[in-house]
Amino acid sequence: MTELLPPALILLAGALLTLFTRGHLRTAVILAAPLATLWAIWQVPDGVVATYTFIDYQVEPVEGSALRRLFATIFAIMAFGGGLFAFRQARTGELAAAHAYAAGAIGVCFSGDLITMFVWWELMALFSTLVVWCGGTSASKAAGIRYAIMHLLGGIILKVGIDGIAVQTGSVDIRPMLATDFATWMVLIGVLLNAAAPPVSAWLADAYPEASPTGSVFLSAFTTKTAVLALILLFPGEPVLIGIGLYMVMYGILYALLENDARRILAYSIVNQVGFMVCAIGIGTELALNGAAAHAFAHIIYKALLFMSAGVVVYRVGKSKCTDLGGLFRTMPLTTICGIIGALAISGFPLTSGFTTKTMISQAAANESLVVVYMLLAAASAGVFLHAGIKFPWFVFFQKDSGLRPKDAPWNMAAAMVLFSALCILIGVFPETFYKLLPYSLEYEAYSASKVIFYLQLLLFSGLAFFLLLPLMRRTRTISLDTDWLWRVALYRIAIVTSAQLGAVGAWLGRLSDDSLAALKSRAESRFGEASENARAGVFARAWTIGTTALWIAVLLTAYVLFYIV
Amino acid sequence: MTNNSKTDHWLVRATTIRWLWRIFIVVLALTVLAQLVLPVKGYFGIDGWFGFGAVYGFLACLGMVLVAKALGVVLKREENYYQDRNSDD
Repeated sequence: MTELLPPALILLAGALLTLFTRGHLRTAVILAAPLATLWAIWQVPDGVVATYTFIDYQVEPVEGSALRRLFATIFAIMAFGGGLFAFRQARTGELAAAHAYAAGAIGVCFSGDLITMFVWWELMALFSTLVVWCGGTSASKAAGIRYAIMHLLGGIILKVGIDGIAVQTGSVDIRPMLATDFATWMVLIGVLLNAAAPPVSAWLADAYPEASPTGSVFLSAFTTKTAVLALILLFPGEPVLIGIGLYMVMYGILYALLENDARRILAYSIVNQVGFMVCAIGIGTELALNGAAAHAFAHIIYKALLFMSAGVVVYRVGKSKCTDLGGLFRTMPLTTICGIIGALAISGFPLTSGFTTKTMISQAAANESLVVVYMLLAAASAGVFLHAGIKFPWFVFFQKDSGLRPKDAPWNMAAAMVLFSALCILIGVFPETFYKLLPYSLEYEAYSASKVIFYLQLLLFSGLAFFLLLPLMRRTRTISLDTDWLWRVALYRIAIVTSAQLGAVGAWLGRLSDDSLAALKSRAESRFGEASENARAGVFARAWTIGTTALWIAVLLTAYVLFYIV
Repeated sequence: MTNNSKTDHWLVRATTIRWLWRIFIVVLALTVLAQLVLPVKGYFGIDGWFGFGAVYGFLACLGMVLVAKALGVVLKREENYYQDRNSDD
């Protein structure tokens, strides 16, 4: 019976319980709920577990497969690691919202149909907005509102698509499709919006860095990677995704290179990394899909680790601008080392998780003879090392001496970072064990001498480029404009101007109506008004003689008869 | 980072940095020379050339930094850009 319930409900109940518990009991709930969920995830068998009928549609709240379990597993691990990182520092509300958000992501993993998926999807949008708001600043409030509008809009687009598919096919089953008509395009757009695809990638770097030091760790993991899972389930091999993925890869690198805020650098690099996955889904072969799933798994760990190390810095120093930071390695050795491990993993350095998963995507491109895609991905791998692999640790922990001497991470934050660092290295050193979890059982050799030498050359010479080009990368106190300028400034301006114009028109109309009302009133008074000291009664208010009245009645009756005949 | 005083952390002393550069250059040379012993099997021919990864990685980064620099001219604004925009109306 228990296997009929979605595992996400355990975490959702845990989130609710977090609100009503205190002290050690609350800690126990925060740490145990993700582990219990993880156990439940591995009880879900392959295939559809239960089917219900909901307004003529077959709803399947729980459907298992290796792919779905893989994503749910990493989401549960993330909920645990994030909980460990945050439980002593974050507010109760934030912790509850973050776990409810994670529950939404796990719910999407096991959704067998589009309706169930949509419900969990919207739950994620709701609770992730709360996590952004828990940043507690006016900037996070504004960013949260923009974030919520964007995701509600995405939800509507997705819903339109789902309804279209339901009407056309009579089924809401989740199955592979291609974007061929209006409904499927709407679903694709709705999902891609959550993946931070162009032209709206800006929402991610706008909202995530405004959350609290602990909140952004949770935010980095769920929304974009659930979108990756949805794309694997719904649009494997959709060619348009290759181009979108490559765009995201390059967008992430260029904007991260321009950025000054450490957490925003990491946010742009999420777009970059998800770009690798989206591109792989577009390639669509079994190896490519394995690569996308594996990379999502590895990415969640090292990106959370990077956000943790940045989070510790923000927590201790209260600053996240590269121009304000530097030289922190002196007093924060553990945070520095963990940050470097995360940075090496995201760069795909041999012996880290990034190498064993990202090369799978490159290999898939090579197998399909996609020369340009392969070359661009290789260039992007170099670029990742440049913008995240070196730039992040260099400007935060080394660079100049900022004079800041903060304490290293509190024990629970340190424990979470060490746990995730260990996972980065374990997946990098023992990839075969990890590969067994992937959706397709394929032979893939990560560590061939040829591949290792090629990537070492690529990455180390990127490092050389970084240090030689450092004068070109001096940090400035700036932000970079993105497409969100269109609604944050242009649309805002238009709204201001339009409302001013409307106000002017309204005032004119008001004056016009005042004048005409006054005129009407005086006319009415002259016709119907009672007699007063200085005026006779109005013509219709006077007492008429019977003769005059009879004459008028005769005239009116004649007019009536004439009208009737004519 | 060029502070040479004995009181500063050993990692940021000029002598240490000089040594780190030397080690780095040796490692760079080794990764390229390793290709003589263990040939890189390229997928498309060109990526199997001697030192291709090194040259491609370096040039890709150079290109990206320059493109970012050029984009920055158009896109960069001072950091309170949005706050100032929305409060003066």
